[in-house]
Amino acid sequence: MEMLRDHNWMLSVGTFLPLLGVLLLLVVPKANEQLIKKVALFTSIATVAVGVWTLFRFDFGNAGTMQFVDEKTWIPLIKSSYYIGLDGISLPLYFLSMVITLLVVIYSLDHIPSPGNPKAFFSLMLVLQTGMAGTFIAQDLILFFVFFELVLLPMYFMIGVWGGENRQYASLKFFLYTMFGSALMLVAFLALFFKTGAESFAIPYLVEHGGALAKNVQIWIFAGMFIGFAVKVPMFPFHTWLPDAHTQAPTQGSVILAAILLKLGTYGFVRIAIPVLPEAAKAWAPYIGGLAVIGIIYGALGCLAQTDMKRLIAFSSVAHMGFVMLGISTLTSFGMTAAMFGMVAHGLITGMLFFVAGSVKERYHTLEIARLGGILKQMPHLGWILGFSCMASLGLPGLAGFWGEFPAILSAYSPAAGLNETVFRVYMVIAALGTVLAAAYLLWLFQRVAFGEPKPEFAGGGHGHDDHAFHDVNKFEWFAWTPLLIAILVFGVVPNLMFKVLDPAVQVVLSGFKG
Amino acid sequence: MIHSVIAAATEWVSPQVDYHALAPEIILATGLCVVLLADLFLDESRKWIISSLTGFTLLGAMLPVLTLGLSESSVRSMFDGRYVVDEFSVVMKAMFLIAGYVVVLLSTKHVEEDEYWQGEYWFLLLSSILGMVMMTSSRDLVSIFVALEFLSIPAYMLAAWRKRDIKSNEAGMKYFLLGVFASAVMLYGMSLLFGAANSTLLVDLGKSITATGGLSALHALGIVFVIVGFAFKVSAVPFHSWAPDTYEGAPSPITAFLSVASKAAGFVALVTLLFVAFPQASGVWQPFMWVLSVLTMTVGNVVALRQTNIVRMMAYSSISQGGFVLMPLAVAGMSEVSASALRSVVVYMLVYAATNLGMFAVIIAVSRKTRSGEISSWGGLFSYAPGLATLATIFLASLAGIPPLGGWIGKFTAFQSLLSSGSGWGYALALIGAVNSVVAFGYYGTIMREMWMKPVPDGDTTRVVVPGSLALALGITCVATLVFGVLPGVATHFGDIARITGAFGG
Repeated sequence: MEMLRDHNWMLSVGTFLPLLGVLLLLVVPKANEQLIKKVALFTSIATVAVGVWTLFRFDFGNAGTMQFVDEKTWIPLIKSSYYIGLDGISLPLYFLSMVITLLVVIYSLDHIPSPGNPKAFFSLMLVLQTGMAGTFIAQDLILFFVFFELVLLPMYFMIGVWGGENRQYASLKFFLYTMFGSALMLVAFLALFFKTGAESFAIPYLVEHGGALAKNVQIWIFAGMFIGFAVKVPMFPFHTWLPDAHTQAPTQGSVILAAILLKLGTYGFVRIAIPVLPEAAKAWAPYIGGLAVIGIIYGALGCLAQTDMKRLIAFSSVAHMGFVMLGISTLTSFGMTAAMFGMVAHGLITGMLFFVAGSVKERYHTLEIARLGGILKQMPHLGWILGFSCMASLGLPGLAGFWGEFPAILSAYSPAAGLNETVFRVYMVIAALGTVLAAAYLLWLFQRVAFGEPKPEFAGGGHGHDDHAFHDVNKFEWFAWTPLLIAILVFGVVPNLMFKVLDPAVQVVLSGFKG
Repeated sequence: MIHSVIAAATEWVSPQVDYHALAPEIILATGLCVVLLADLFLDESRKWIISSLTGFTLLGAMLPVLTLGLSESSVRSMFDGRYVVDEFSVVMKAMFLIAGYVVVLLSTKHVEEDEYWQGEYWFLLLSSILGMVMMTSSRDLVSIFVALEFLSIPAYMLAAWRKRDIKSNEAGMKYFLLGVFASAVMLYGMSLLFGAANSTLLVDLGKSITATGGLSALHALGIVFVIVGFAFKVSAVPFHSWAPDTYEGAPSPITAFLSVASKAAGFVALVTLLFVAFPQASGVWQPFMWVLSVLTMTVGNVVALRQTNIVRMMAYSSISQGGFVLMPLAVAGMSEVSASALRSVVVYMLVYAATNLGMFAVIIAVSRKTRSGEISSWGGLFSYAPGLATLATIFLASLAGIPPLGGWIGKFTAFQSLLSSGSGWGYALALIGAVNSVVAFGYYGTIMREMWMKPVPDGDTTRVVVPGSLALALGITCVATLVFGVLPGVATHFGDIARITGAFGG
């Protein structure tokens, strides 16, 4: 495979820069919170700057080609190397992870959740950022695994220390589910390594040789990877950790979890499982598609039953990731490009929704839908932002959510050659019903929370002791949210901005299926 | 009669002795005499010199180990191949010496502040380490047995160190009785093997198995008994019952020592026996190792989940970690797997030693303040001792095998070697291991939760004072844990041992 190796220092710098920030944070005394915030902010701005520079240097005409490729020896004994690169599939997610971290840091300047301790909070966030960015650039399975796991502990602590009342249960559940998945994933990686001749863990090498494996071997290896990635996505029936984790996590944790962490799973399917094991992917596709549509309907029904705003948004993630997985399961470039777009769109929109939920919680000290109401009257800006995000989330044309959902449904009409058309068309119909339900639960949520009169208990201006209880969106929130709102709109109006980057890379990923 | 002895003496030819190869042992032996004598002549106020002397002895013994590691001739065989210094033994010697040094650092303040005389402590510790260092080179049933007793007997006494404490007495007594019982079983097995092979040299044992045209019942019985003996030593289930009580009752630095060095010495002997003496008898020990490994990690894990005392939890954790070390041995009989199985055992032990010693260093530091072994006493540690809490988190995560901390490369090489066998048994064991490594997080996570997410139990948030020696121990182990995890090439470089000299077919 052709590769571009220019400027290959850039990815390493972009990935490990946050760790430098962590080292700086370690030497800042805990009491000096202003300096801690400055260091964290500066680090994440510098990281995004590197990311922007990467965007400039990225050869968009060659989006299907690995760029900035770097390869260094790492663990020679097990034939694993520090092998990184970026193509059209990784680029949006890689950059998104940087931007989301910066926005979350900005938001945190004014919103450190209880019990405080910004030093530890920002340190964990920056470690998390390294893990996320690293996963998207790794071109070696072992390196991928290490980055994939690196996000576990920081998120565990973020939920467990700064989370809600039931945080310990939620954080342990999150951890055990994910770790169980990745243990099986690691066994699958090793099996793949030995079955392809124990030569290399490099993904390009495995893509070249994995297709030659016997079909039943592929199916078993795929099963191991499937569990690892499906837990992370999360797909029905592995999703039960998600509502708990989201509900209990602090706002920042929820945003990062929804915007980036869930994408590690879907990215794993697109980058590793499907191109390396094409035969198995074909065999598994109908089942993946089936679980995906079950997830869509189940998630939607779950949303309708929720009484807590944050938990509702969490369940909507299950539904949205179902659309993504449906697109992937068609194994067509159309479906997969839609899925990749859906991943980014969901990251922007659901991230935004969790931000809003966090701010609502901060002001009303509750997310109980029944107790909320009339936000539009009390805080018109916040209310309209919530409305905008709900519209985007339900897939309103003109906003980013549409371009993830609609093509994904459409792609199920004609899945890749060899897949049963009837089955996928049934999936298509069910998924389309899912969009109706999505509109129902999101509009109903908006209606109950934002319309009408404020409930009597909050009508007077909230709890007297809290001064800024009912202040509308403040400047930290504007800074953190505006980029997301703009991106949702821009990608909704000009989706081709991203499609043209994704498509060539998806073609390369699927090249194993042609002929 | 005297006449015949003199006659025999004149026929006796002094064997070739490679003093360079024996230098670590000689330095240790000299050092332990000096330590013992110094104790006689130093008055109470200057007893601290003894611990420094012990430390310097260990560092001094490191020097020849380093030169041996760097020297050109990689294999030095003495006494007809009964005592061999090769790559494997050099790496393991270095590990025992460094682990011993860390234990000295852990002990320094601990013993000084205790109410007992400290002279013998250091002497016993050095003796035990000398036994371990000898074990790495032993290639003969007799020298293995001598080394084993040399390292065990001082350890029995160290476990019972706090002689006025009933728990410590229990620890020493249990350890002693079960240890002696294991030795007896092992010795019986050795005598059977000697009967079958007419030699105690491990290489000859291997030859006798092929020469007699297959495995005799005598061989099989002998092998099983010997393995059972070492299964006690490495506290493999179902031969583990002594470990939790001994670990709980012994002084904490000795617990660290037992759970790391003593256990590793057992593995060294086990590996030497399996690879050098019985490679042709893999049909006997492979299934045995498979069952032992599954039982050890599963039972260790499940029981650890229920513990409320941190040392007992670490005892069961170390039992279950032993199961992971045993994993690759279940397929090590296959010629294409044996090299990677050996590497995996060595890498696992290196990483485990660094991590577990580090965790015990934290436990010792924390208990200086809490004066309690209950896990609940660790509540809110992060709020008043963030440094120690972070270190503990690093060590626990490494024990749980979470990248990018050391432990993962140990587990990884074990899985790798299992899967490279391509056999269904290997795959099954790998899956069981994978599930177990998740279960293990259940109890490692308990401690993390306690430190990070629970309130301080008694509201006492006085700073934890970490003495300099303990800080140095924490530093060494933490750096090793991180380096092994981020640059696993370092660990695998030292673990990249093609084979144990004298291994059959080489």
